[in-house]
Amino acid sequence: MSTAVARRSTLPGFGLTMGLTLTWLSVIILIPLAGLFLKTFELSLDQFWGIITSRRTLNALKISFGLSFAAACVNLVMGTIIVWALVRYRFPGRRLFDAIVDIPFALPTAVAGVALTQLFAQKGWLGAPLAELGIKVAFTPIGIFIAMVFIGIPFVVRTVQPVLIDLDPEIEEAAASLGANRWHTVFRVILPSLIPALLTGFALAFARAIGEYGSVIFIAGNLPNVSEIAPLLIVIRLSEFRYADATAIAVVMLLASFLIIFLINRLQRWAQTRIPAH
Amino acid sequence: MSMQTGLVTSTRQLRTYAPTTDVSVAAPAPRLEIVRAQPAMAPRNLRTEPGPIRFIIIALAITFLSVFVVLPLVVVFASAFSKGIMAYLAALAEPEAMAAIKLTLVVAAISVTLNLVFGVIAAWAISKFEFTGKTFLITLIDLPFSVSPVISGLVFVLLFGAQGFFGTWLQAHNVHILFAVPGIALATIFVTFPFVARALIPLMQEQGTQEEEAAISLGASGLQTFFRVTLPNIKWGLLYGVLLCNARAMGEFGAVSVVSGHIRGETNTMPLLVEILYNEYQFVASFAIASLLAMLALITLVMKTILERRLGETEVADGD
Amino acid sequence: MAIEVKNIVKTFGSFAALDDVDLKVADGELLALLGPSGSGKTTLLRIIAGLDWPDSGEVAIDGENALTRGASERQVGFVFQHYALFRHMTVFENVAFGLRVQPRAVRKDEATIRARVKELLDLVQLDWLANRYPSQLSGGQRQRIALARALAIEPRILLLDEPFGALDAKVRKELRQWLRSLHNEIHVTSIFVTHDQEEALEVANRVVVMDKGKIEQIGSPGEVYDNPATAFVHGFIGESIVLPVDVAGDAVRLDGRPLNIPALGAASGAAKLFVRRHDMAIGPAGSGALDGAIRHVRSFGPIQRAEVALAGDAGKTVIEIDAPRDRELQAGEIVSLQPRRYRIFAAQD
Repeated sequence: MSTAVARRSTLPGFGLTMGLTLTWLSVIILIPLAGLFLKTFELSLDQFWGIITSRRTLNALKISFGLSFAAACVNLVMGTIIVWALVRYRFPGRRLFDAIVDIPFALPTAVAGVALTQLFAQKGWLGAPLAELGIKVAFTPIGIFIAMVFIGIPFVVRTVQPVLIDLDPEIEEAAASLGANRWHTVFRVILPSLIPALLTGFALAFARAIGEYGSVIFIAGNLPNVSEIAPLLIVIRLSEFRYADATAIAVVMLLASFLIIFLINRLQRWAQTRIPAH
Repeated sequence: MSMQTGLVTSTRQLRTYAPTTDVSVAAPAPRLEIVRAQPAMAPRNLRTEPGPIRFIIIALAITFLSVFVVLPLVVVFASAFSKGIMAYLAALAEPEAMAAIKLTLVVAAISVTLNLVFGVIAAWAISKFEFTGKTFLITLIDLPFSVSPVISGLVFVLLFGAQGFFGTWLQAHNVHILFAVPGIALATIFVTFPFVARALIPLMQEQGTQEEEAAISLGASGLQTFFRVTLPNIKWGLLYGVLLCNARAMGEFGAVSVVSGHIRGETNTMPLLVEILYNEYQFVASFAIASLLAMLALITLVMKTILERRLGETEVADGD
Repeated sequence: MAIEVKNIVKTFGSFAALDDVDLKVADGELLALLGPSGSGKTTLLRIIAGLDWPDSGEVAIDGENALTRGASERQVGFVFQHYALFRHMTVFENVAFGLRVQPRAVRKDEATIRARVKELLDLVQLDWLANRYPSQLSGGQRQRIALARALAIEPRILLLDEPFGALDAKVRKELRQWLRSLHNEIHVTSIFVTHDQEEALEVANRVVVMDKGKIEQIGSPGEVYDNPATAFVHGFIGESIVLPVDVAGDAVRLDGRPLNIPALGAASGAAKLFVRRHDMAIGPAGSGALDGAIRHVRSFGPIQRAEVALAGDAGKTVIEIDAPRDRELQAGEIVSLQPRRYRIFAAQD
């Protein structure tokens, strides 16, 4: 008998499953993404900078990021209101509306795109009355904004909802017993404890809207410099076989979404240290 | 309760998963119920708002959801049937439509099967063993959730396109990946990559390794342990992951649009056909296809709710 | 079957869970591994079962090297602390599992399996629960089913990890008796892990006391209680009065005042005096080794427990002693204490 014992684990299959996991991950995710960055390195810094700062690219990025931000803000406010209604109040159809929140997740983006366009087109159910007020939605930046609001709402609701449900009722009772009125209790006690969830929901909605393609392009109008989003510009550059341009825009967007994931993870850490798990 | 969110695209994931960086540190109990039993309301003045404010908040929520979420869904079906049921059925019977439906089913079958197998394998490696870099690995698996669909397609164009890394070689050997089924399948696998693994990892971490250890100590082999002990314990979670994976696979638009080449009757999936028909002002035909996809979404939502209830129940039953 | 463990070392990161542990278990023994959490007792049990692997050392079961075999080949029955019953299987199928996963060549036919499971369920007196699911059982029932399941594979040895840890006090008492009588009936070599000294002393033939990855003492329950080998064992098993003393030759001093008791061969220097509560005789002031004032007396059952503030040290040192109720003690009384039996161990650090 030897004294040195090989390390073994109880459950079998670690080597095999880990090997397969890494192989599959590399083939499907890592190598293709690495290819994207590799392609970027074929450009000189000047070329890269030239593509990114060209008027059309810059405008597309501005439109994507700006409208996404605006839509995420609306989602933040409306999402909070919806969560509050769903969690705190009883009203007919509450469970149905709770389920409805998931529709933007579940509906294929192309379907959402054509439906929203039809709805807000000049002769559409909502487009017609709005046109009479002199507001044109479809084929304008407002249309892009509306589509982004549609796609982002579940992110805020589903992030904040479980936190509000789990909120200890005693903290509200404690606040009330210490003489706080309802206004103080809501704005000084409840909302502050929801902040990490609210910010996370906001960031998720923002990130999703930046990358969104299907539900936006139908209603967008896609006028260069006015209503052309960055993902669409990538597709256009590809169809023109301007791979370098497409790649450069993609890298900028990808880095932005990595930054957002990073921020979300930091937010989560913060939330966990701030609100101890019970 | 710690917050549980990841950069993801489905409800359950938002509520079930710990942040991608923290899964290995602490696997929080999955939250599966849509709405849990509410704690008994404290006296009115203490935990709720005055009547008028309550009314305004409920009205705002209902109006917003009705206008922005319900109405678009209604428009799909209204437009699909605007020329009557015969026109609707005729649109679906078009060869182009049938080809798109068939292609969508084939692509979904391929990508769901592969992601199912590899999702289970990845979940086993990640949840049943301890190793350094686990958190990072989970982040990598999650990556497709945070990549724009267009970019998910673009990466494959860069690999397999005419100017791509393997383009010349593929052309020389007459292998078609781009603008053909393999490319569509690859892009779909990319965007649906995380679903199964992410549905299983928290569940399997929560369940721990005790039952597997017990099975091994009773003489079971690795495969016997997996099929007789692990699989029965994760079957609902697995079904859940497959359900969401399938919905996304059938509905994916951006990524597939980039790699498909839009060859009519050949490389058009249902979402792509919706686009083409809509742009050709064939509204009834476009919305007819769209209505099928919308039905798929609704069925997925209903089944998801049922599965969530079931997962919630098993959790309660084991709660000791 | 006999078990022999030699020079086992196991570390988790920088934490030494087991530090050069040797242990021999004779055939048919019922052995307790007793120690506080983190003492390495569960790790040792899992290494014997093949659920963990040592960094170095040897494990032999019935004379043959066990480390070349995985858990599934060792034929060791393991009862998990939280039972680890298969939640999707009935009680019957749980117990039958080990028989059903045997290689086809040796697998018994269905009728034999059924008969065997029935027999085991009878043995643990739960045959009426055969069709229930684990979630429908009480803690004590789950415990017995887990045991029946482990016994189904006719284990060469039986290992139990904190077998009563998750149960409430009353059920725990009943199951202790039951485990003892079961062992008398089936006589398979058994090791159980516990942090509860009472459990170890009451159930086991032999007790292994562990602390910080090392074995402190191995002995019969009587031995470890009456003749603790180390300060740790004295402190961990039974209630002890511990007083810091100085040893110089054969003289023992507390706070510089001599106690007229012999040092019993303890080395000179700082040391600790250990006395059982009931081993402190009470006499009139000035008659014993230690004087003190009774501060408080509680009487229950056959004993009275007195809090005594020792003289000197401004009365800051307070000890609790147990005395028979032949003479009722009064609060405020000045008494003298004389250790009847005691041990002196050199102070560590």
